[in-house]
Amino acid sequence: MPVVDLAKTSLRELNMALQQLGPTTNETDWTVLNPAGEHAIAAGVDAPVTITIAGPVGYYCGGMNKQATVLVEGSAGQGVGENMMSGLIHVKGDASQSAGATGRGGLLIVEGNASARCGISMKGIDIVVKGGIGHLSAFMGQSGRLVVFGEAGEALGDSLYEARLYVRGPVAGLGADCIEKEMRDEHRQELFELIKASGEAGTVDVSEFRRYGSARKLYNFNIDNVEAY
Amino acid sequence: MTDKDWLPTTPRKSATFDDYALSEIRRAAATGIYDIRGGGSKRRLPNFDDLLLLGASMTRYPLEGYREKCGTEVTLGTRFAKKPLQLAIPITIAGMSFGSLSAQAKEALGRGASLAGTSTTTGDGGMTPEERGQSKHLVYQYLPSRYGMNPDDLRRADAIEIVIGQGAKPGGGGMLLGQKISDRVAEMRNLPKGIDQRSACRHPDWTGADDLEIKIHELREITNWEKPIYLKVGASRPYYDTALAVKSGADVVVLDGMQGGTAATQEVFIEHVGIPLLAAIRPAVQALQDLGMHRKVQLIVSGGIRNGADVAKALALGADAVAIGSAALAALGDNDPQFEAEYERLGTTAGAYDDWHEGKDPAGITTQTPELAARLDPVKAGRRLANYLKVMTLEAQTLARACGKSHLHNLEPEDLVALTIEAAAMARVPLAGTEWIPGQRF
Repeated sequence: MPVVDLAKTSLRELNMALQQLGPTTNETDWTVLNPAGEHAIAAGVDAPVTITIAGPVGYYCGGMNKQATVLVEGSAGQGVGENMMSGLIHVKGDASQSAGATGRGGLLIVEGNASARCGISMKGIDIVVKGGIGHLSAFMGQSGRLVVFGEAGEALGDSLYEARLYVRGPVAGLGADCIEKEMRDEHRQELFELIKASGEAGTVDVSEFRRYGSARKLYNFNIDNVEAY
Repeated sequence: MTDKDWLPTTPRKSATFDDYALSEIRRAAATGIYDIRGGGSKRRLPNFDDLLLLGASMTRYPLEGYREKCGTEVTLGTRFAKKPLQLAIPITIAGMSFGSLSAQAKEALGRGASLAGTSTTTGDGGMTPEERGQSKHLVYQYLPSRYGMNPDDLRRADAIEIVIGQGAKPGGGGMLLGQKISDRVAEMRNLPKGIDQRSACRHPDWTGADDLEIKIHELREITNWEKPIYLKVGASRPYYDTALAVKSGADVVVLDGMQGGTAATQEVFIEHVGIPLLAAIRPAVQALQDLGMHRKVQLIVSGGIRNGADVAKALALGADAVAIGSAALAALGDNDPQFEAEYERLGTTAGAYDDWHEGKDPAGITTQTPELAARLDPVKAGRRLANYLKVMTLEAQTLARACGKSHLHNLEPEDLVALTIEAAAMARVPLAGTEWIPGQRF
């Protein structure tokens, strides 16, 4: 199984090797040593492989990921898993702002906290943050699910479309057109599946979460809603 | 003297509250929404018509029109990209979205551009198979909204254009009204059908030039450092924006003046934000020259380019290429008088129709209504666009030869004079008949 030491091998060589993997590759387990906060590690991978990164990463780790499982054994910089299409990115530490931005599929798990704009413009991605998230998270979220075990910052779900948000802790404030919504059975089931996928089945109770979504008042322009625009 | 001896005072309308201003006040009062429209600025702005080219006579030697070559080719992305874009002509098609335009219109743009040997550009809303299939050179726009954004399309593109802003609305986001969110548009944009699509004015995952540099690095890593990276900015502070674009690692800077069009934006934004292209080119070129990057980072300019004279003058001011949007749509058939009766039913007239967001375009270009879109034959419309691009190129060559230039890129500011003090100051060329460039020290 390949081990790539970024202290000895360039990022370009690593990413080229990862991006050239085909769907039936036998090299399915990769380890990246000494990431040292390098940007764009494992960006643009499109193969069903597991990439374990032994330490903290910089911006855009796993950007536009398809199929791959990327395990970050440290914290991640801005935009981890941005525009992810499918696969899994699992950050063992904290994530900086814009985690999972515009993601269209796949699952992003953050063991620690995520910063501002977590899930901004999400378009189908699922995100589970076991700590808290910062302000303006899920801004303009169009679809996908965001689960937060801790607290959420100001303006959660501002200008939300159809993304669904589940937060266990206190919410500092809801953004324009974002409201608390009823938790029905299908939502409890959906939430349970996401918690299970994050490895916390049985440790976190779905009944402790509240659901937030769009009030749909901004879906078509109306001057009477002008304060929200 | 009797009352009858007094002539009534001639009715006098206010220059400030003219008919248009009054109609806008009435419209706002009645509807409760600002005017949203497509297109670019409609008011008179200093433009290329305010410049003249100095044909050769004694001090310069002209070239023969039909014998001596005047090159037109341009290579874009020579700074970092492994595969720079090589175009036959320095006139490209600006980004216009599927969603705003019909699939037929996008296909026609691709066909026309390919016939003329140049590139076309996607827009907010992703890449369509029709467009990719018909475009020999396709530039993929990377926008704040990231609709339909995926790495496969990124790799299918020939260049990537990161849109920071556009000339019609520097600093503004967008709103595609629900009428045009058809099933296909909704699917591409991950949206419910029929709702307004608000789009952000900023990118979601970077906040400034330092971050952008890292973002560009990521895009290069994902595309094997092959594709030229363009950065498109709306003209407002062109010197500093160009300098920061270079700092961020751009291969190409695209500078869009305020005459540049939009699918749908507030009238007040279109007419009151940004600066004319004429005023934007020289500061941008100055920034490139100050950084030692002129001709190394290429400059594409857009916003109201109409003919070969505009092309020649833009290149003379230091641009490497131009992009056209509104003019390309006109070449396809936008606002064509053959639809005059239908334009009148929509409360307008051919040449003034700009409610593109309503999706009722009689020409079948700015619509998602199948019956209207079917009116545009992509093959014929593509041919019209190709004809137009070739005519523009020939016009520019004709003017360049008259100035003694064997390549369009050999045109220079020295070949220009200005008709007005304003144009002389903005373009930094002398007022005709003088040696005076306003604002410059002697």
